[in-house]
Amino acid sequence: MLKLILQRLGLAVFTLFTVCVLVFGVTEALPGDVCTAFLGRDAQGTRLENCRQQRNLDQPALQRFADWGTGVLQGDLGTSLKRDKSINDLVATRMRNTAVLGFGAAMIGIPLAIILGVMAALRRDKPADMMISGTSIFAMTIPEFVTATVLIFIFSIQLQWFPAVTTVRHNAPIADLIPNIILPMITLALVMMAHILRMIRSAMIDVMASDFVQMARLKGVPYWHIVFLHALPSAMLPAINIIALTIAWLLGGVVIIEQVFNYPGIGTLMIRAIYDRDLPLVQAIALILAAVYVLCNLLADLSSLALNPRLRTAR
Amino acid sequence: MNKPMILEVKDFSLGYTAANNELVSVLRNVSLDIEAGEAIGLVGESGCGKSTLALAMMAFLRSGSQVQNGQIRYHGSNLFEKTEKQLGKLRGGKIGLIPQNAGQSLTPTMKIHAQLAEALRLHSDLPRSTWHQRSLELLKQVRLPAPDAMLQRYPHQLSGGQQQRVAIAMALAGSPDLLVLDEPTTGLDVTTQAHILELLCNLRQELGMTMVFVSHDLGAVARISDRIAVMYAGEIIELGSCADVLRTPAHPYTRGLLNSIPRLDAEGLPPSLPGYPPKVGSVKQGCAFAPRCTHATEQCQQDAALVAENSHAVRCHRSGDLRRESASINVIQLPVKPTLEPLLNIEELQISYHKAGLLDQWRNIEPPVATVDEINLQLNKGETLALVGESGSGKSTIMKAISGIQAPRKGQIELGNEDLSIAVEKRSNQLKRNVQMIFQNPDASLNPRHTVCEILQQPLKLYFGLNHESCRQRAAELLELVRLAPHYLDRMPGQLSGGEKQRVAIARCFAGDPDLILCDEVTSALDVSVQAAVLKLLKELQQQKGVTYLFIAHDLAVVKAIADQVAVLYQGRLCQIGPVDEVFNGVHHPYTSALLNAVLAPDPEHQPKLSGDDASEQHPPAQGCAYQRRCPQADQTCSEQSPPWRNDGNNRIRCHHDLLELTLRNNSPELIEVANF
Repeated sequence: MLKLILQRLGLAVFTLFTVCVLVFGVTEALPGDVCTAFLGRDAQGTRLENCRQQRNLDQPALQRFADWGTGVLQGDLGTSLKRDKSINDLVATRMRNTAVLGFGAAMIGIPLAIILGVMAALRRDKPADMMISGTSIFAMTIPEFVTATVLIFIFSIQLQWFPAVTTVRHNAPIADLIPNIILPMITLALVMMAHILRMIRSAMIDVMASDFVQMARLKGVPYWHIVFLHALPSAMLPAINIIALTIAWLLGGVVIIEQVFNYPGIGTLMIRAIYDRDLPLVQAIALILAAVYVLCNLLADLSSLALNPRLRTAR
Repeated sequence: MNKPMILEVKDFSLGYTAANNELVSVLRNVSLDIEAGEAIGLVGESGCGKSTLALAMMAFLRSGSQVQNGQIRYHGSNLFEKTEKQLGKLRGGKIGLIPQNAGQSLTPTMKIHAQLAEALRLHSDLPRSTWHQRSLELLKQVRLPAPDAMLQRYPHQLSGGQQQRVAIAMALAGSPDLLVLDEPTTGLDVTTQAHILELLCNLRQELGMTMVFVSHDLGAVARISDRIAVMYAGEIIELGSCADVLRTPAHPYTRGLLNSIPRLDAEGLPPSLPGYPPKVGSVKQGCAFAPRCTHATEQCQQDAALVAENSHAVRCHRSGDLRRESASINVIQLPVKPTLEPLLNIEELQISYHKAGLLDQWRNIEPPVATVDEINLQLNKGETLALVGESGSGKSTIMKAISGIQAPRKGQIELGNEDLSIAVEKRSNQLKRNVQMIFQNPDASLNPRHTVCEILQQPLKLYFGLNHESCRQRAAELLELVRLAPHYLDRMPGQLSGGEKQRVAIARCFAGDPDLILCDEVTSALDVSVQAAVLKLLKELQQQKGVTYLFIAHDLAVVKAIADQVAVLYQGRLCQIGPVDEVFNGVHHPYTSALLNAVLAPDPEHQPKLSGDDASEQHPPAQGCAYQRRCPQADQTCSEQSPPWRNDGNNRIRCHHDLLELTLRNNSPELIEVANF
């Protein structure tokens, strides 16, 4: 058990290191560097020299990677070019905002997906199932910005319940974010639900046909106990990895959705950073997103350990 | 004098709607009264409807099935008129079920204590505080060692026998008065099976439960039942006391079935029943068995009469004549003369699944004891060697090493002059052709999307490079070899019966014209009547082609019927090896006698003798005799030193006790006590 966890942790650390190397390598391989990007037409002569010296760009690449790496290890992501501020400060509040958005979406989306998936499985091929499954396939095929636009049209323009775009600043307290967060949260939840729901549905159909479920029925276990105590834990297993992948995918979706709603999160920040050629900032955000990705998968592995006694306990 | 009936099945028919919207009958007009306290056995081959009937006794229908007519009354009230809630109270409560495969019937994500507590919560009035205590009692009642630790485990952490015991404990939790046992010992080792049956017999005496025991194994049924109902094509065709049905069977099918069971005390191969059972729902009138029956008359095509004499009822017009006719068994003798030309030679074979990881190598950790060790086997051309032992005894591992799937750690495997200890990928086509394998389950070993012709063509193309036309020609010849008509060439495996599929698998194996054939439990997935036919076929092919078989089987009677040599394995170590007759009838290793004593026979008088317990072990002991932990005769020496080989003619036994002592102990253990004084 402990060995397994350590193995997974080791793997996670290794993946993150590889990501660091890749991210650094890619920015290194791009033509020009931050100074040429920043200075634009003025990138020549002493200005360029000065700029490079200022940012230690005259050092060899390996040296800079080591410096950057130690910085990252100590929790210092470097300095933003454009804004000339510590990236940590820039990222912290945006990360908080995105986390609130993502977490909220997951909290609504995952349980709802599980419940609807179970319902669809139990009512297999009946109208309820067809409606749930049909809608989820439909939801899968619509890009998130379309969903977002439709939601804005209905709830902001027609009903005027929620604001269409976020107008508060990035460092506003969470309470101020709440009304702004609802529409992006629903959009995210809708998009992520479809995959999870379908996975749960098919896993649940398999498990409900298994011997131990039939046996539970013949032991006189009431129906809903069978569904939630006997069958669901087994049906969750294949769904966990899908959930993790969906959450990780959510990070990509979040960039677009934040953009649509002008939400001050990490996605919006990243778009701006790319727009501004603020390479250190892009680098930092890429690393953060990768870290979240790895973390999600790690959590998925650990929760399948928790759910599957076969993995957890030796014979 | 009549005891009250606990369960009455009255003219019960059950059917399901087939793809063409036709109602297909699975059970047809079944009537059966079960007295309180009696044990009744439902026997028959796969597809005869015995499990369906047993589950219907709990008012459980598979989805799509419906009751056509009749009723099943439990204590006088129709089960099918009860509400789902009332049924929930009965199921697992007053009517308990012991499932076929406990390993798959226990919820894998719940610990044993949670599952027992659930049963107690639903079906007993005990307060929550006493559940733990009661669970312990139940586990003790089913003779599980260390019940405290057992409660904290998950089902997959238990052995097959332990899982079955837990399933029994769970049924007992509801204090049932009717226990439905659906093939409760199928898939267990002989010794475990004998122990579970013993437990069930004892529980019946202690608790006075009524039992409905469903099994395809007449030996297991004979052990437990007062009465036996034989089922065929959805009908009960013979019903009578255990002794009547087994001793003087009056239905031709029952006779054929009994005759086709291989027995330890019989010479030669058992005769098989000709033909196959009818498809479900295809019988509309007349006796369902008539097409296969050698006694059938014209009347049998029209209707099937129910003839009852005393309490022995038979659905057959000819039963009167049959009762008078003596039931003689014509065993088939197919003498095969093994040559003295050695073919397979295995020396000091050692196999381990353990792969030392990097960490282990750094820390210099001793690798665990090898799974299989010190195997020496010699096999002549045209001979049959059977490997016997319980699951986990290393039979399949040895076979994997010979077939090149699992690399041996040490030792030699030679086929003639060629080295067989190399992996299958590195073997020449010639060598691969020469060693072929037949698997246990033809459903899994035949590609369901290939026609029989395509299946048979693959080895022909691979080994002989035949073109398409001659391939088809040769494939038809191969089918003829296994007694299948050429029109089977274009069928899919899904369209064949179990026996036919196994024949195709045998034909595929002979396509390579091999010298050595590895048979891994080739008949254990088949019904007995089909098994007899497949065994006969294998023997005939050996006679014809002079092939050598290495045979794995857990059924010792099958081994007796087909093998020349037998090697008894325990925990990957040889215990005894020699010619079949000498091993089975001569002096026994303590483990061999435990195995032989646990064998069941379809005879009400036969009682297996149990020695030791059926505890399964995970690893062989690091030193001493492999069997030391379970051996009733083990002493200090056995746990310290490797036992020596002792020869009694060709019968070789590996034991610390000498032959005389072993003979005495086998025959009369009490004599030893006297001798020791």
